[in-house]
Amino acid sequence: MPTLEIQQFSVSFGPQHPSTHGVLHLQMDLDGEVIVNCTPHIGYLHRDFEKICENRTYTQIIPFTDRLDYIGAMNNNFGYCLTVEKLLGAVIPERAEYIRVIIAELNRIASHLLAVGTFVQDLGAFGTPLLYCFREREMILDIFEMTCGARLTYSYYRLGGVSADIPEGFVQKVKDFIRYFRPKLADYHRLITNNAIFLIRTKDIGILSKEKALNYAISGPSLRASGIKFDLRKEEPYSIYPRLEFEVPVRNSGDCWDRYIVRMEEMEQSLRIVEQAIDKIPEGDFIAKLPKIIKVPAGELYFRTESPRGELGFYLISDGSTKPYRLKCRAPSFSNLAIISELAKGVKIADVIAILGSLDIVLGEIDR
Amino acid sequence: MALINKLPIITEKIPGGQIILSSVDFILNWSKESSLWPMSFGLACCAIEMMAAGAARYDMDRFGAGVFRASPRQCDLMIVAGTVNEKMSKRLRLLYDQMPEPKYVMAMGSCAISGGPYYYDSYNVVKGVDLIVPVDVHIPGCPPRPEALLFGLMQLQKKIKKESIKNG
Amino acid sequence: MADLDWVLALKNKFSDTVEEAPSGCLVLPGEDIFRAVNFLKREYGFDYLMNLAAVDYKDRLAVVYNLYSFKLKEKANLKVILPRDNPAIESITEIYAAANWQEREAFDLMGINFTGHPDLRRILLPDDYTGHPLRKDYTKEGFLPMPAV
Repeated sequence: MPTLEIQQFSVSFGPQHPSTHGVLHLQMDLDGEVIVNCTPHIGYLHRDFEKICENRTYTQIIPFTDRLDYIGAMNNNFGYCLTVEKLLGAVIPERAEYIRVIIAELNRIASHLLAVGTFVQDLGAFGTPLLYCFREREMILDIFEMTCGARLTYSYYRLGGVSADIPEGFVQKVKDFIRYFRPKLADYHRLITNNAIFLIRTKDIGILSKEKALNYAISGPSLRASGIKFDLRKEEPYSIYPRLEFEVPVRNSGDCWDRYIVRMEEMEQSLRIVEQAIDKIPEGDFIAKLPKIIKVPAGELYFRTESPRGELGFYLISDGSTKPYRLKCRAPSFSNLAIISELAKGVKIADVIAILGSLDIVLGEIDR
Repeated sequence: MALINKLPIITEKIPGGQIILSSVDFILNWSKESSLWPMSFGLACCAIEMMAAGAARYDMDRFGAGVFRASPRQCDLMIVAGTVNEKMSKRLRLLYDQMPEPKYVMAMGSCAISGGPYYYDSYNVVKGVDLIVPVDVHIPGCPPRPEALLFGLMQLQKKIKKESIKNG
Repeated sequence: MADLDWVLALKNKFSDTVEEAPSGCLVLPGEDIFRAVNFLKREYGFDYLMNLAAVDYKDRLAVVYNLYSFKLKEKANLKVILPRDNPAIESITEIYAAANWQEREAFDLMGINFTGHPDLRRILLPDDYTGHPLRKDYTKEGFLPMPAV
């Protein structure tokens, strides 16, 4: 009598797949539809950022930092410029600080819109929320195009300030956008947040406990959804964040729905920041007067800022010349992705897609 | 026969069926160019601009190319949007070989055309996707605007119009 | 920084081997790093590994650990100097799970061997790649350095 043999089935999820948010390769061993083992393979977008930076001057590196986390590119520029300016000891003029923060927060809203739109699309709402999110994102990209000329990889920030002053009509356009966007956020909540199918797909899926989150060095909205109230804009404030009033949304259960809600509430808080700052932009220079050839004094520094995906850190070792000796970028998605092999054990394939979408990774900064 | 004379094509009255051949060409090319189904092959930053080109403002669906298929067996246009490195190049060739004829390739963005900003000092980036697959249209930009992608699509449509079933 | 509680405790425990570099980094020898990191995590709550980087100083290699304590709101920067040929150091994956991928990346790009790592293989480059690109003396056929302007 022939006996029945049960084998595990190995499936390759990616690297070319519409739901992997880039070129991520998940090797999954399946027992039926339940995952026994899930190994992520990365490196399909490794673009040698750190080797390139050792042979470029500090200002020439700024376009390369754009392409790390290409969805929230202004925040990468911000983090890099702050790191170098701290070692330089440069003083940034007030007007430049305000412009930097307003632009960075608008980019945070654009990045969260894309994250939420693609997350909901992967779960099956094919089209409607994504196109709504892109409609709002296009309005923000219009504001950026007015300011610096580019839509996606801006290189707007410079060491000492920003590269160009805000044009006429910028303040009015941002105020119009704030007035337009608030009711749209309420629309999104009505459309997605309490939808029965969305709740079944995301509640109690991919639960991340506090201890595991700290052990794996998770940061950003995923950490705040697990119950730890930690936002670098409040804990280690930089630029003009100490003068602005905003809250840090925190949720307790650490499942996919909580991570989604934290992002929605962060969009509301970013809107509050932009509203406060847009009225107070002072007159003055938009860039500090630094020498033409920038030589950073020797030293080393690890400086971190809050990007839409979490803690973006730059570790810079300088030897006193015009090029950095070693620049390492600590990408938030790199640490956030490492936990997928733990979270994916024992769940179905459809749940892995929900977990991946809620972690919000960008392969550009994972692979650098 | 009167109907064929009214169609906007060049008719040549040579015995052997030349008239009918060019109108078959016209119909075939028109159907190929109006329903190019792209494969979602977004690798890096250009993928976001490709998504924006497919979204509501710069609608790519009005050219017939809005249906992004995930499987290479169901599509006829591969838009390589982003940087290709050595690890990805094997997968790229595999996916290109899996597409059925007639197939076209668009290299979107400067990384796909020639390696882009990662040309110098990089040990891993393939300096142009035309070292791996034959490319029909190159779209410059870093990233190219969605309008540039649509222009490239229209150039590809013009290229398809000139094809003929005589010459393959 | 020298008068902070945990710095003094660290210097007491590993007395003759901890020095402070001019940049504020604490330099430790490779054999002590596992116990030092464990000590900091248990006693002073340094439970978050922010960053693990490998550096190539031309005559030696170094590994830098940046730790953070939520309780004390303090950062600890530890550095370990390694010889250039056969650099090996104990892995801290048992203390911080976040070190798993960071150490794999340091091995991949710089060639530092982390003993005791559960799964030390290349992470960013293809598995059959030879060489460690981030070293300063790395060359390869077809490698074009940027021409001087």
